[in-house]
Amino acid sequence: MHLTPDQIVFFRWGPVHLNATIVFTWVLIALLAALSWLLTRRLAGPEEPRSRWQNAVEVIVEATRGHIRALCPAGGDSYLPFIGTLFLFIASASLLEIVPGWHAPTASLSTTAALAISVGVAVPVFGVLSQGFAAYFRHYLRPSAIMLPLHLLSETSRNLALAVRLFGNIMSGAMIAGMLLAIAPFFFPVPMQMLALLTGFIQAYIFALLATVYIAAAVQRGQEG
Amino acid sequence: MDKVIMIGVASIVMAAFCMAIGSIGSALGEAKAIAQALAAIAQQPDEASTISRTLLIGLAMIESIAIYCFVIAIVLIFANPFWNYVVAKPGG
Repeated sequence: MHLTPDQIVFFRWGPVHLNATIVFTWVLIALLAALSWLLTRRLAGPEEPRSRWQNAVEVIVEATRGHIRALCPAGGDSYLPFIGTLFLFIASASLLEIVPGWHAPTASLSTTAALAISVGVAVPVFGVLSQGFAAYFRHYLRPSAIMLPLHLLSETSRNLALAVRLFGNIMSGAMIAGMLLAIAPFFFPVPMQMLALLTGFIQAYIFALLATVYIAAAVQRGQEG
Repeated sequence: MDKVIMIGVASIVMAAFCMAIGSIGSALGEAKAIAQALAAIAQQPDEASTISRTLLIGLAMIESIAIYCFVIAIVLIFANPFWNYVVAKPGG
């Protein structure tokens, strides 16, 4: 049994190891890119009748936009591409568990750490874009300069929690299914697999939601004072 | 040889304790949060979407403590650095 897909190595070339995490991330990226290109190739205008695929994609975009607007009304649609990509990547990574032989790349700490780092970079970038460099970083010195280490610690630990939470949830789902396959095969792994699907989807939602909350906090604290 | 057995026993027992004790607090906290959220939704059904969104954020925060325990238990059992050190050393 493999703890993470990092341990399944397809190909070694000197120090370069091509493991399952990288391969399945590439597959997922190609799949999402190809699907997006195919579905948005011929978009209908406001008056024309829509295809069912366009309707389906519009539902996803509208729902994501609605959630972002409710949390951060000031931002408009500028966070939609980032948050939407995070959600779609994590959700489809767990959803593809139903395909036999698929290993979700989010079951590896490397992938989730990369996602958390991209959130950790995006938060100050959006904050600086909305308030300016000095105004954003002055927040770290409030209420006094003694608070600087605590601010830094809280930002680091929340990004760490973001990575470990996603990793722990997805990895435990795959692992419980693997253990039950060894103990009681045939029936019991199926409900646990369904539970893992549900957990994966909720975790995708929570990851995107927390990223939005962090960005909204960084953007809105400048407007409050 | 004794050292190997001791580290193995300690890792397994401590992984079990870590999971058992660590999940109690998280479970109680989540139960309390969900109960409060349900009561709030029953009183104000119009605010259900806002309440459930805040509830999910809170649950994610509470749950992360249990997940830290889980990750530590997994590390103790499957990727224990002390175990690897003792096994790799010639003669135990």
